[in-house]
Amino acid sequence: MPEIHIKVSSVEGKAVPIHGNDIDTDQIIPARFMKCVTFDGLGEYAFYDVRHDEQGNLKGHPFDEERYANASIMIVNSNFGCGSSREHAPQALARCGIRGIIGESYAEIFAGNCTSMGIPAVTLSQDEIKQLVASVEKDPGMTVKIDLAGGVVVAGSQRYHFEIPEAYKQSLVDGSWDSTAVLLENLDAVKETVASLPYLNGFQRAG
Amino acid sequence: MGRNLFDTVWDLHKVRTLESGQDQLFIGLHMIHEVTSPQAFQMIEERGLKVLHPERTFATVDHIVPTANQERPFQDRLAEEMMQAIENNTKKHGIEFFGLNTDRQGIVHIIGPELGLTQPGLTIACGDSHTSTHGAFGAIGFGIGTSQIRDVLATQCLAISRPRVRKINVTGTLKKGVYAKDIILKIIAELGVNGGIGYAYEYAGETIRGLSMEERMTICNMSIEGGARVGYVSPDETTIEYIKGRAYAPDGEEFERAAAFWRSIASGPDAEYDDIFELDANTLEPMVTWGITPGQAVGVSGRLPRVAELPDEHKEIADKAYAHMGFSEGQSMQGQTIDIAFLGSCTNGRISDLREAAEFLKGKKVSDSVKAFVVPGSKQVARQAEAEGLPQIFTEAGFGWRGAGCSMCLAMNPDKLQGRQICASSSNRNFVGRQGSPTGRTLLMSPVMVAAAAVAGEVVDVRDQI
Repeated sequence: MPEIHIKVSSVEGKAVPIHGNDIDTDQIIPARFMKCVTFDGLGEYAFYDVRHDEQGNLKGHPFDEERYANASIMIVNSNFGCGSSREHAPQALARCGIRGIIGESYAEIFAGNCTSMGIPAVTLSQDEIKQLVASVEKDPGMTVKIDLAGGVVVAGSQRYHFEIPEAYKQSLVDGSWDSTAVLLENLDAVKETVASLPYLNGFQRAG
Repeated sequence: MGRNLFDTVWDLHKVRTLESGQDQLFIGLHMIHEVTSPQAFQMIEERGLKVLHPERTFATVDHIVPTANQERPFQDRLAEEMMQAIENNTKKHGIEFFGLNTDRQGIVHIIGPELGLTQPGLTIACGDSHTSTHGAFGAIGFGIGTSQIRDVLATQCLAISRPRVRKINVTGTLKKGVYAKDIILKIIAELGVNGGIGYAYEYAGETIRGLSMEERMTICNMSIEGGARVGYVSPDETTIEYIKGRAYAPDGEEFERAAAFWRSIASGPDAEYDDIFELDANTLEPMVTWGITPGQAVGVSGRLPRVAELPDEHKEIADKAYAHMGFSEGQSMQGQTIDIAFLGSCTNGRISDLREAAEFLKGKKVSDSVKAFVVPGSKQVARQAEAEGLPQIFTEAGFGWRGAGCSMCLAMNPDKLQGRQICASSSNRNFVGRQGSPTGRTLLMSPVMVAAAAVAGEVVDVRDQI
């Protein structure tokens, strides 16, 4: 059985800012593009309705701006990825080349989905995000680095200490973010839990 | 003493603490549907893994099913491909599948409870954010992504961090015309769409105790719209009575033992919480959303906010909402015309929702300017409605009567808004584009408010009409 233990200690690249609070997963990947049995083709539909008008013409979105071409770090505001649990959202972003996200805050399921895909989603304060976005807009070619192990975002001469749930950081850094392998390690303990659960034992162990 | 239900149920299912600091949590019931599961099956097959507990896994189809013509093969080739994928995957892995050819198909969060699969004290996972619905029974329901579906298929466990618990204490009496939907829309408006991040919400208090199971499900369903991944109500006699006699519920002496266990896990009066929020139900009125997040809601007698008067963090999204909706600051939602009325979804597609709406519609006609339709949440809901003569009431009033599914809540099937149409909807999300048209507009409200808007052709205060 192949096991995946890829350590994600840092990601870096050009950054692309996506402005706005409460950007939901319906915006990131509209439901009509989820009619698929694999994630493969999702990249071209990321932010589709925000990027295209009803005739399919580009409206001018950071993902389509030449200055942000090939960006691998996305900078967002608060409650990013709220709404539907669809992993299609981070899967579509990953297929656009996104490897790491820096934001003010994330919806919980979205942050979990990113982590399960090996994508760090780290948090800075509102002011720090403003500063970082201003720097990137001024110099879109600059390299932004999420140094997970070091706990900092580095952008040119600036360094920001980020926050990320310790468990997410740990699993990315030690390569256990692909949780299936970790969970499979202890099936004996799972059997013990099964044996102790009232509803799996005719409710004989009530309470 | 002093323990809330969440902590009790979590500890029962905790297998161990992982090195990352997360808990390995056993999942008592895994429900799957056609949209988020095919990639997960592919992932476990690529690794040569099997489904560890197929007998704890149940499947149905809801998101993509057409509601007007359900004949196979579907006209939509992609929908047909997804249908075949779940049929093949469930057959191959020995998972019970409630397909369109059974009488148990429906929205995953509606069939779990009605089949008695959803029970107090369970951990329940499903690749759908509205899995919080099942919390109405005193279960812990999580929405999960596809990689986590892979985990649950292969190990029946999740790697997950324990959230904090906020008690939302609702007291007072709901006025006529005010429903469970209004309670949850008010909570989201007060606490914000991100207020629940990192929390499980326990809904408690005399008002919640007085609600039926279906009303409790409406409230728990929309926990995620408030940012809380989990929402629940402690089980009581209403819960136990609802479960009794259902297809997958324990019976005979086992039911009595089960009921004793269910009573034992309820949060005690002295249970501790990380936070408590109080809501007075006496002052609630019918709620209507005016914007593009479920938190942008006002009482039907109120006026839309002035952006300048909003807290800074709400200004930008309010500007976006006004630009998308085309509404004016300070206007009332009453009198706002609508084009479509949609009655259904995992929030409000149950039999009690249909009964309330039908009762209102008796002897009335849908406005000529409105297209209205009902999508029952499940085949069982549809059958019960038929036994009570509800489809006749709906069709005589001018509502279309459809087959069961998610339909225009997220518009993955042929039911979609066109252009800038405005929809009065009993569903759960008013995000831009949610109902199938990138420029379409959604007004969330209770089922009876939807019925009243369909008749008037505009948003009305249902309290004036019942």
